[in-house]
Amino acid sequence: MSVHIAPKSLYISIFGALMVLTAVTVAAAFVNLGNLNAPVALAIATLKATLVVLFFMHVKYSSKMIKLVVATSLFFLTILLTETLMDFATRGWVAIPKLMH
Amino acid sequence: MLDTLKLPDHHYLNDGHGLKSWLLTKDHKRIAMMYLISITVMFALGGFFAAGVRLELMTPQGDLFLADTYNKFFTMHGVVMVFFFLIPSTPAVLGNFLIPPMVGAKDLAFPRINLLSLYIFWLGAAFFFYALFSGGVDTGWTFYTPFSSFSSNTNVVPTALGVFISGFSSILTGLNFIVTIHRMRAPGLSWFKLPLFVWAHYATSLIQVLGTPVVAITIIMVFVERAFGFGIFDPVRGGDPVLFQHLFWFYSHPAVYIMIVPALGVMSELISTFTRKTIFGYSFVAFSSLAIAVFGFIVWAHHMFVAGISPYSALVFSFLSFSVAIPSAVKVFNWTATLWKGSISFEPPMLYAYGFMGLFLVGGLTGLFLATLGTDIHLHDTYFVVAHFHYIMVGGAIMGYIGGIHFWWPKMTGRMYSEFGARMSAILVFVGFNLTFFPQFILGYMGMPRRYHAYPDEFQVLNIMSSAGAGVLGIGYILPVIYLTYSLTRGKAAGPNPWGASGLEWQTQSPPVTANFTEPPVVPAEPYEYTPHVAREANLV
Repeated sequence: MSVHIAPKSLYISIFGALMVLTAVTVAAAFVNLGNLNAPVALAIATLKATLVVLFFMHVKYSSKMIKLVVATSLFFLTILLTETLMDFATRGWVAIPKLMH
Repeated sequence: MLDTLKLPDHHYLNDGHGLKSWLLTKDHKRIAMMYLISITVMFALGGFFAAGVRLELMTPQGDLFLADTYNKFFTMHGVVMVFFFLIPSTPAVLGNFLIPPMVGAKDLAFPRINLLSLYIFWLGAAFFFYALFSGGVDTGWTFYTPFSSFSSNTNVVPTALGVFISGFSSILTGLNFIVTIHRMRAPGLSWFKLPLFVWAHYATSLIQVLGTPVVAITIIMVFVERAFGFGIFDPVRGGDPVLFQHLFWFYSHPAVYIMIVPALGVMSELISTFTRKTIFGYSFVAFSSLAIAVFGFIVWAHHMFVAGISPYSALVFSFLSFSVAIPSAVKVFNWTATLWKGSISFEPPMLYAYGFMGLFLVGGLTGLFLATLGTDIHLHDTYFVVAHFHYIMVGGAIMGYIGGIHFWWPKMTGRMYSEFGARMSAILVFVGFNLTFFPQFILGYMGMPRRYHAYPDEFQVLNIMSSAGAGVLGIGYILPVIYLTYSLTRGKAAGPNPWGASGLEWQTQSPPVTANFTEPPVVPAEPYEYTPHVAREANLV
């Protein structure tokens, strides 16, 4: 099994990017974006997590099998979010109006 | 012929003596035996709580326990049976013992992590015992919010932490199995030569690894809401209680398949061995395990049809729930087709298999009633639901587990047990089970709600039938403890392959040596090969 050794500078720049994104999260918290407050915070957090997974956890340099494992867990996370949101998004919908009268 | 057999001189049970040699072992077989003892203790404890519930329900008045005590009894029955017995049962005992020899390996991929999983399980159980002895918990095994996070003044936190901790044991077991099945197969043992038991455990492991973290995080959320007042599920603090149910059932519905799919794997081994035929449609049965694992993740909200979820999403979940019936039915039909023109015998493990097929069928079909939106409104939270999931959990998962224990006991201990006792036990379990739970279908249909300690007089006859059945069922479960324990010292030596079965695990001595094989196992050309040649080698003809 070959071990990929990434240059130290790469790790430092990823670390820098994570710090900058943390600052962006804090800054965004002070701006009222209305309905976009949560999506913006989550988008930044997802970006940071992606950087950690790809570089710090070496997934970018790993075998296809490891990538498949990561993709599988993301697939199941998607199921969790999609089907839960399916309930929350449609909960306020009124039942078929004609049948109600 | 059996009389001439002797136990081998060297095997894993006498390879090291004393408590330390067990507690620090890395041998998957010894770890499996320690799991066996641990979960048997938990099963007895869960049975004790069930006995309390059934005793209270013999009379319509709540005269044995206070309502609060009754709430604790059914809660602790559920918590013990689900998290500390059923989830580990077949994987941690039979899977742990058998997967390495079935794939022709010396041990699991990570022996130390395997031992760690046992210690984590014990730690989780210790938290549960702390909760139990400091007064118990009354939320129901489902820990529904906001009751669990806000209202209940019982030991929710230690119980939830016990469940949280034991979840990691389950994850580590699953991880170990996945890596072992991928990386440790004997040369020539390709995926489609693997026993279906291994396929079933592979599917189960995927659920354990992918699902368990979600319930762990959900429990942490309940913990922080209860301990620090965060508003996640409590509507007063801006949370949503139904969100808890989504997150909880995202794990706990697939958890049903953690319990049942390994038992389905056991079934395939039993039916093939005792019909002396290859499984009809091997690849369909193998892939149906994976299909159950995946479909199991997309159907959870059928537990929540009356919880106030959107009717539109309920419609989708109802439709999806029916999809799980397809791979389940594939298995049942294929087993039935395997029986056809097979050389069927009625050995004790096979009696459990026959019982399993009938009970699993009833459990599965009544699930369709509950997946249907209209009927579910009538049946939700009634004894119909209780009966349905006990047909799956007890009639399915436990029948499969105990059938498997009877099948592999000669391999695990090197000794045979009382065949008469085992037949009696299988029959008592089947009769007692039906007497206990069939009346509950009727009670539920008539409208008796679950989780109440008192009920109207007209339900008494059916409740007495149910309680009487529970007594018979209890005797059916105590019998194996007696004759299996007796067999440990007095049982006849079994020899390497008493059933004439085809798997690799039967090619080694019973009980096996610590490294499982003294010489490399011969991988057959096909799985479940019962040709005359194989039968001759097994001294069957």
